[in-house]
Amino acid sequence: MTLFTEFGRYLLMIKGMFSKPENWKMYWKELMHQCNEIGIGSLGIVVIISFFMGAVSALQTAYQLVSPVIPMSTVAQIVRDTVILEFAPTLVCIVLAGVVGSKIASELGNMRVSEQIDALEIMGINTKAYLVLPKILASLIMIPLLVVISAALGILGGQLAATSAGILSANQYETGLLSNFQQYNVFFALVKAYTFSFLISSIPAYYGYHVQGGALEIGRSSTKSVVVSCVSILFADYVLAALLLQ
Amino acid sequence: MIEVKNIRKGFGEKTVLNGVTVTMQPGKCNLIIGASGSGKTVFMKCMVGLLVPDQGEICYDDKDFNKLGAEEKKEIRQQIGMLFQGSALFDSLTVEQNIMFPLNMFTQDTYAQKLKRVNGVLERVNLKDVNKKYPAELSGGMKKRVGIARAIVLNPKYLFVDEPNSGLDPQTSLVIDKLVKEITTEYNITTVVNTHDMNSVMEIGDHIIFMYQGKKEWEGSNKEIIFNKNERLNEFIFASEFLKDAKDMRMLEQTGKISNDRDMDKLLPPG
Ligand SMILES: Nc1ncnc2c1ncn2[C@@H]1O[C@H](COP(=O)(O)OP(=O)(O)OP(=O)(O)O)[C@@H](O)[C@H]1O
Ligand SMILES: [Mg+2]
Repeated sequence: MTLFTEFGRYLLMIKGMFSKPENWKMYWKELMHQCNEIGIGSLGIVVIISFFMGAVSALQTAYQLVSPVIPMSTVAQIVRDTVILEFAPTLVCIVLAGVVGSKIASELGNMRVSEQIDALEIMGINTKAYLVLPKILASLIMIPLLVVISAALGILGGQLAATSAGILSANQYETGLLSNFQQYNVFFALVKAYTFSFLISSIPAYYGYHVQGGALEIGRSSTKSVVVSCVSILFADYVLAALLLQ
Repeated sequence: MIEVKNIRKGFGEKTVLNGVTVTMQPGKCNLIIGASGSGKTVFMKCMVGLLVPDQGEICYDDKDFNKLGAEEKKEIRQQIGMLFQGSALFDSLTVEQNIMFPLNMFTQDTYAQKLKRVNGVLERVNLKDVNKKYPAELSGGMKKRVGIARAIVLNPKYLFVDEPNSGLDPQTSLVIDKLVKEITTEYNITTVVNTHDMNSVMEIGDHIIFMYQGKKEWEGSNKEIIFNKNERLNEFIFASEFLKDAKDMRMLEQTGKISNDRDMDKLLPPG
């Protein structure tokens, strides 16, 4: 199938998601369930990677800053900006593309292959609205929250690593954090987080929803969806940087 | 009433249904039989609207299903219950939640009312003490019964059953067949069953449609099918030598003649 047909089917799926719910309460329940699965379910991994990416970036920045004219508190400033601008939104979302994306693709793929989606359709339920939309909405609600938590933990991780290695004191780190802070960066990070959340939920949903065949194809589509989401995150990352960071 | 008018359906180059016209009799078990791969499942999926035929009409009470708007389609679908070939139970939900799902979605009943209804249909399909079990913990036959229970929980007008017997032993098959038949008569449902099991054909076939290479080859009741003269159908029914012999014995008893020129000695008891 050509890229354009696939993209067209993807858009049709998105369009098909919007219809009046058969029963608001059931849709709400499904949304909350997905928020729990996607948000709380990936909290652990996000905490771990954020902490370490902050710690590593503090140590590496300190290692590269050899000039005596630059004050050591600059380390904190650089950690803050790289974490907020790139690491928290992009790195976390790439990891989540694997965690959340494969879960969404294989869940929907399994439902498709075992005819559960057909069973829902027969009951008169719009499966795009009932199965796909709550997953995308839940991602849009939860993943930006995870990104914010990740940024905070990353900065904290940097502080702990830097102070325990004796590179700079906690006070110096704080001075660095507060100097030259730009709120726009946070806005930029959130724009990225929302964009990526949409990509890492809708792309796997597309691949999972349209699986044909058996168990083997579920695995394939889940792998493919992770690859495609990761590439599109990187591409979107570039486009957003080109558009919004002038 | 369901009327299928001249439907055609193909996938790419391959034509699966090639002009099928048939009327499903209300309040009866309508059986679609045919060899594996003859297009029974495709035909059923066209009837319930999961596949859109390339040509032809599927009419529910004189309304062409594929020409209806989304809301009208939903209305008809809520009168349809279907049991899929692989049962298609929601595997993240317990048996009780599976059956309650349509009630949760489409009724405003209280939990107690819904539970009563669920237990009612579970009893109807002869299942006990499975409310809290997950589909993975059930046997194939139990899954089919839960599937039937879920399909009938909203009192449908139409029941579609795809291969109720695949993967079941003859005795369990018979139980499921009887269940389908009883439910059909009891609630006056129009039932359509796909099968290639001759036991079910003889047991429940009020109205039988034989599919061959994408066409309706023969149509009749279970009383007519045994004495039919259609070669392809006979080839399908009397696939084993044993059954051929049995048929000849029966013909011999009834008419004193046999249908073909096979060796008669083999049929007579030894000695
Ligand atoms: N989605 C599809 N895409 C392409 N070909 C298909 C599709 N669905 C069915 N077919 C083809 O249509 C033909 C009929 O399939 P169908 O599943 O209807 O057979 P069946 O009569 O139900 O067989 P069985 O008794 O084994 O269930 C098969 O040759 C199959 O390859
Ligand atoms: Mg089939």
